[in-house]
Amino acid sequence: MALLAVNKLTKAFGGLVALNNFVLEMEKGELVGLIGPNGAGKTTVFNLLTGLYQPTSGSIVFEGRDLRGRHPHQITKMGIARTFQNIRLFGNLSVLDNVKIAHQVVINYGLIPAFLRVPPFYRREAEIENAALELLEIFDLKKYAHEKAKNLPYGEQRRLEITRALATKPKLLLLDEPAAGMNPQETHDLLELIKWIRDEFDLTIILIEHDMSLVMNLCERVLVLDYGSLIAEGTPQEIQQNPRVIEAYLGDEEVAAWEE
Amino acid sequence: MKKYFSTIIICLVLAVFFVAVQLGINSGFISGYWVTNLYLVGINIILAASLNLINGFTGEFSLGHAGFMAVGAYSSAIITANLGLPFPLAVIVGMLAAAITGLLVGLPTLRLRGDYLAIATLGFGEIVRVVLMNIDYVGGASGLMGIPAMVNWPLIFFSVVLSLLLIRNFICSSHGRACLSVRENDLAAQMMGVNITYYKVLAFVIGASLAGLAGVLYAHYYTVLQPREFSFMLTFDVLVMVMVGGLGSLTGSVVGAVLITIASAFLQAIPELRMVIYAALLILSAVFRPQGLLGEKEVSLKILQKLGGVLNGTVGSKQAH
Amino acid sequence: MPDLLQQLLNGLSQGSIYALIAVGYTMIYGIIQLINFAHGDVIMVGAYVALGCALMGLGLIPSLAIAMLTCAILGVIIERVAYRRVRPVSRLAALTSAIGVSLFLEYTMMYFLGADIRTFPAGFFPERTYSLLGVTINNKDLLVLGTTLVLVIILQYIIYRTRTGKAMRAVSFDGQAAQLMGVNVNSTVAITFFIGSAMAAAAGLLYGIYFNTVQPLMGLMPGLKAFIAAVLGGIGSVPGAMLGGILLGMTESLVAGFGGSMYRDAVAFIILILVLLIRPTGLLGKGVQEKV
Repeated sequence: MALLAVNKLTKAFGGLVALNNFVLEMEKGELVGLIGPNGAGKTTVFNLLTGLYQPTSGSIVFEGRDLRGRHPHQITKMGIARTFQNIRLFGNLSVLDNVKIAHQVVINYGLIPAFLRVPPFYRREAEIENAALELLEIFDLKKYAHEKAKNLPYGEQRRLEITRALATKPKLLLLDEPAAGMNPQETHDLLELIKWIRDEFDLTIILIEHDMSLVMNLCERVLVLDYGSLIAEGTPQEIQQNPRVIEAYLGDEEVAAWEE
Repeated sequence: MKKYFSTIIICLVLAVFFVAVQLGINSGFISGYWVTNLYLVGINIILAASLNLINGFTGEFSLGHAGFMAVGAYSSAIITANLGLPFPLAVIVGMLAAAITGLLVGLPTLRLRGDYLAIATLGFGEIVRVVLMNIDYVGGASGLMGIPAMVNWPLIFFSVVLSLLLIRNFICSSHGRACLSVRENDLAAQMMGVNITYYKVLAFVIGASLAGLAGVLYAHYYTVLQPREFSFMLTFDVLVMVMVGGLGSLTGSVVGAVLITIASAFLQAIPELRMVIYAALLILSAVFRPQGLLGEKEVSLKILQKLGGVLNGTVGSKQAH
Repeated sequence: MPDLLQQLLNGLSQGSIYALIAVGYTMIYGIIQLINFAHGDVIMVGAYVALGCALMGLGLIPSLAIAMLTCAILGVIIERVAYRRVRPVSRLAALTSAIGVSLFLEYTMMYFLGADIRTFPAGFFPERTYSLLGVTINNKDLLVLGTTLVLVIILQYIIYRTRTGKAMRAVSFDGQAAQLMGVNVNSTVAITFFIGSAMAAAAGLLYGIYFNTVQPLMGLMPGLKAFIAAVLGGIGSVPGAMLGGILLGMTESLVAGFGGSMYRDAVAFIILILVLLIRPTGLLGKGVQEKV
């Protein structure tokens, strides 16, 4: 059975159809790229998958369970996590707290232990903290654990977003333009990082990205959206030679990136 | 040892303070006028800290504190004055009634943006007043009298300490962190599995029930209740305390409540001018210090930790807190 | 039947006043997403200024003009001093500042002029009543309805037929994009406060005459209710504010007229809760989803 089965997914805002009959099946462990010009509906796909938007029609089935009508926090608990195109950290909280909050999906305790500080409180708190610190260590962020998240350098903030998403122990990770604003060296490091976390954390990943070198080097399969519709799907090589894709991108700023 | 050091210091300071004040009251060294103000400080600390939980820590904007206080005050007074039941039951009923009211107001409004909550809670406070004025069972506009005097220094002291402890424990738990994440970025909070409506309502209900507790104390100190005492002015005073103390700082709320209550005592003779000054203070702090005058810092804890560091000979080394 | 008509007429007048206030609220909210708590108190200042003019022997029209101009300038000053700096920093701080301004105006007025209820001098607007189909029509009703109608027509003209109005619509649609297109956002916001506050001043004068009351806290309740009217109509929508104001006025008048006078003030807040539960975007509002 497929991990994720999206069928004829459509989202309309009033008269504007942001996404039209989107279809996607993903097996466990796959790494799929989602590309397309600005406004093509890529982020809408993520917003639908994570429950921020409710679909106008169509279905999303994750591990055999329908996601329609579920709240975002419930979907996170089921194992879908994401990062944001424009970084959305808890800026005034410490780096450690950012990760702890995410990990609370996995380990938590009731209100009574919280108010009265009875034993489960200390045990679980320690578990949450250790797990968070361990994760920060892996991503080389432990040294910032007590810094406010908003004070981190840009690249580190991006990495913290990924760390935080992983703290929810997802099965499916949605990365929304993780390389935005990064220089080539940072992008290269990111590529290695994504490859590594997929194996290490046993993940299935969907990646939205404008940086074609990243998408083509990383993804096994690429989907191309234009004006809300899927116009192509295939291996990076197939996509690169697809005339419809090239046409969609023509006149767009990505043409330059395309020809690299 | 080091871990418990600040706790021990705080307990010692509190114990000394408690005993000293009790002796001062017994010996008549603290006059009746200042005893009243002392109790008011206590009630205001509870109000400010609980409003801060909603406005400062969770990032919502409630203006309903006078209303919740009135619900707590009147419902507890019914228990003791009208029904003649024991005071501890009145405390429970007062807090519970305020909490339930908070739930009813919060559920529909908290799903939406913070500023709708401001209007809805403001309106709620006005409705509570109008309704109370029209219920003869609780004395209507002329007020409810004959409430037994139950409030003394130990009751005020332990109510304040317990309230602060409960709020502190809540904030420094996974649930408190969830509330903070709602304030910081509610969208990201949802994506991290935080049920934001639940936590907004939870913080709101806890805040409301503690305002109810403040109302219980108020009712059983003054022994007379009148609806007009629970006007928007009361909420406004608490808001000024929270802003002066700093949004998101518990110790700040304590400082703000103390300062504003004392200032109000001195400015009693010129009520209009007092409001003009407070209003100007509120504008100035909002414009120049949006996090409140003292900001987010937990004042005394930091100082005590430093003090602990000094006494332990670990000056300069940054403690991994 | 005449009873019902009478209630509806009273509601229409009351509702027109709400509508005038609500228009200012909704314009300001539409453009900077801030509940201008001080808006209600601008009404009060407008009523006092008009009262001052009346006591100096000026007629209705000059008094109205002076009150509107004074409050328009006051509105611009409020925005400049209390909101502009804090708006981009924190919504909650801006809201706090707005509450501060509201109480500042109320109690400054109370400090200087006292809390006494004042009334317009008898000759300022001589009352006349007419009877039609068993309904008593007061010329106050006609004054309120007429003034509201004229002001609303002028407002519609400004918003939809002038460059300024175009800029206002652009900023309220997307402030950043408007700025990139060369719209001066700060001055557009200032103009919005100018117009909205002038409308509030007119509402203040009408309210003062209609209820024969001028006092420092007179703006509090009408202000709150007008905001609710704006929410009911769909916040950000000028026609919505008009509709919401009149609907609210009529509902209140009916509730008061048919035995529930003590719950008259509660009606508005119950409507608010209902709107938030059933249709948070209001009757004529458009749903906006946050861009992720």
